[in-house]
Amino acid sequence: MSGQAVPADFSEHMLDLDEDEDLEVFSKNTSLADGSPMPNSPSSMVNQYRLEEDEEQADPNNKDIFITVDNPESHVTAIETFIMYRVVTKTTRSEFDSCEYEVRRRYQDFLWLRSRLEENHPTLIVHPLPEKFVMKGMVERFNDDFIETRRRALHRFLNKISEHPILSYGEHFKAFLTAEDLAPHKKQGPGFLSRMGETVRAVANSVRGLRSRPEEFTVMQEYAENFSNKICSVDRVTQRIIKEQREYLDELKQYSPTYTQWVESEEDLAEPLKGMASCMEHCGKETEEQIHHLSDSLLPILHEYVLCAETLKAVMRRRDNIQAEFETKNEALLSRKGDQEAGWQLQEEVDGLADRVELANNALRGDWSRWLSSMRTDLRSAFVSSAEKNVEYYEKCLAVWESFLLSQREESGEQKEGDSS
Amino acid sequence: MADDGKEESVATDDDSETGADGSLSNTMMEDGSTLLRRMEICVTEAEKRSGKNAVSMQETFTVYLVETRPIDASGEGHNPAPDSVWRRYSEFELLRNYLIVTYPYIVVPPLPEKRAEFVWHKLSADNMDPDFVERRRVGLENFLIRVASHPVLSNDKILYHFLTEEHGWKEVVYETGFQAKSDSRLRALSATFRVRNPDKRFMEMKHYSDELQSHLSQLLRARARVADRLYGVYKVHGNYGRVFSEWSAIEKEMGDGLQSAGHHMDAYAASIDDILEEEEHYADQLKEYLFYAEALRAVCRKHELTQFELEMASQDLISKKQQREELATGIVRTFSFKGMTHKLFGQEAPEQREARLKLVEELIAEGEETVKEKTIECEEHVERGWVDMHRFKEQKDKDLREALINYAVMQISMCKKGIQVWSNAKECFLKM
Repeated sequence: MSGQAVPADFSEHMLDLDEDEDLEVFSKNTSLADGSPMPNSPSSMVNQYRLEEDEEQADPNNKDIFITVDNPESHVTAIETFIMYRVVTKTTRSEFDSCEYEVRRRYQDFLWLRSRLEENHPTLIVHPLPEKFVMKGMVERFNDDFIETRRRALHRFLNKISEHPILSYGEHFKAFLTAEDLAPHKKQGPGFLSRMGETVRAVANSVRGLRSRPEEFTVMQEYAENFSNKICSVDRVTQRIIKEQREYLDELKQYSPTYTQWVESEEDLAEPLKGMASCMEHCGKETEEQIHHLSDSLLPILHEYVLCAETLKAVMRRRDNIQAEFETKNEALLSRKGDQEAGWQLQEEVDGLADRVELANNALRGDWSRWLSSMRTDLRSAFVSSAEKNVEYYEKCLAVWESFLLSQREESGEQKEGDSS
Repeated sequence: MADDGKEESVATDDDSETGADGSLSNTMMEDGSTLLRRMEICVTEAEKRSGKNAVSMQETFTVYLVETRPIDASGEGHNPAPDSVWRRYSEFELLRNYLIVTYPYIVVPPLPEKRAEFVWHKLSADNMDPDFVERRRVGLENFLIRVASHPVLSNDKILYHFLTEEHGWKEVVYETGFQAKSDSRLRALSATFRVRNPDKRFMEMKHYSDELQSHLSQLLRARARVADRLYGVYKVHGNYGRVFSEWSAIEKEMGDGLQSAGHHMDAYAASIDDILEEEEHYADQLKEYLFYAEALRAVCRKHELTQFELEMASQDLISKKQQREELATGIVRTFSFKGMTHKLFGQEAPEQREARLKLVEELIAEGEETVKEKTIECEEHVERGWVDMHRFKEQKDKDLREALINYAVMQISMCKKGIQVWSNAKECFLKM
């Protein structure tokens, strides 16, 4: 994969961290791995970093890493109770010492991984994690449905990361998948505080010091806003449909017994009435299945993309911040004329920040189209699957009623023969 | 529902219509035919009218056009214009009340409901609502067809006048004096009394009518709630239509697929209106039998009443005969105040006793007549009532079975529409 040629990890320029020894460090040497010099102009850099669509649509036959998340188990300690998930990795990648790993991870560990990934790649779009807890609809954290929904989301999260041409090659990701004990990898250092500061700045809507945002990023920003609105609406409508379906099912469950009760006082009508009640019970079961599909399959995907939309907005803000930092320093440089020594130092800093802006923009550009394509695939398949499920629902109900009708027509056919004989 | 007017109607029945109140003379019809064989009956239109009511207040009401056309056996291609009369709902009620009083042994077909009951959310309960008026029109036509195809009811001349004479009909009805009977009937039917030996079959039928009413009420209520919820499910999908449309505007490749999928969602949401309107027809069929149950119950109650009156009359006759015996023999068997006063104050004079004996004999003669009458009344009611209840049961089984089949047909149609819409939507999503 071409990902290996891309020096995308520029953490040290970003947040002034003291790097850990085992973190991959990219030097300021801006030449590509194969020795050819890096192009200077931003637009030509785009070509280097743009990832081709068909590459990103990882051909399953070329996939060299397979991850599953399963087997949630309750863990009880003196202080707390939490769930541990089993994470199994099978891979042929050379940077892995073995081809199979099995570790146990808790939700907090996933949170750690994601925050490291975001720190290290502030303008890449990192797939979101399921939320800490859901306000509506869930009663307790350890409800079976909740755990299962979360497990599936965690599974999707790791697979999304593993499919990402840059993120899947990070040290943290590798450690997450392979280390028996994550604790040594979790040493935060000052980075933690910086991260907090970064978060605070990221939250502010308007970024101070930003002069003019390039048109392409404004377009992205607007799309992110609009997409967020739309996907939230779709999510809400879906929730509403589930609610209405549940209420419909409740009433249906009251309705079919009225036919059964009526059977008791009838003779000739008893049999068709029983048939009706039975049809309705069957349809009720199909409705239940349909509801399950909506809430277990469609809704979680929609919800993930609601969170993705938030990630997009955060990424846009971070990019703006990077540009703002550069512009602020640059202004300071331009207005300062006197001291030559200090001037050169400032020039160096400004150059560094300028590079940072370039790298950030390029990373974002590349990841943007990859993300759009991935979103399209995911949502398309989710909607197609739901539509299929609805067709199935109606097909099954149709069969039930048709067989009832057949039985009634057979009966009346027999009756007619009986009358005429 | 009742047979269409053009079809062959109910099979011929007994010829014992002589003496039944109000029956047309035999010169006017063939033996054993029903009115429906001789004429088509339709309720074709509804119109709003304004007028002054009984207390001189302005009111708006709906009138229905009742059209009749004789079925001329020999006239091929000879299609005369129909006779028509305008009738309002209260006139139908009047006709039905007359029939109930005049033929207490018949399970008289019910009218469509006076006010909309078991409505689900969307349906208006307003009597002036066009949907309600339309369904009422259908119900009134159904009522007339049922009555005109009934072996007994169809011969009634008041019915014939109702169908053919717009003006003066009301006066003719009132002239029959049925109103008085109607009042006393109502009083009697709502009174409580104990019957010693009711006909078992009638008691079972009465019990059945109660059960039928109860089951149908519950069913109709539950159906209305289900309809309400189903409406909600379908309509919410309309929101998908709106959102997909808006979303498609910000997308490039995904736009077309989303947009067209949205259209199918709108179509899905709109389809529920027709589906539920058809289901109302099913509900109406059940409602008819809900009201029929009342009519059935009334026949049973009438039996209880005649039986009770017979028992009372018999009881009265027995006690009169006992009085006669006492007077004749002087032996007092039963306690009576007169007996006590005699013991205390001495017996009466022989002439007085003679007079009293004569009186009692007269009363006994009267009483025996009464018992005879009541016995006949009771027996006739039982005989005719049983025939009609049997006829009703067969009609009910046939009609309700058909209604259930129609319901299944509707469900099948709804499922097919659903398959269509979602298959189309899936095609659109694949293009996203």
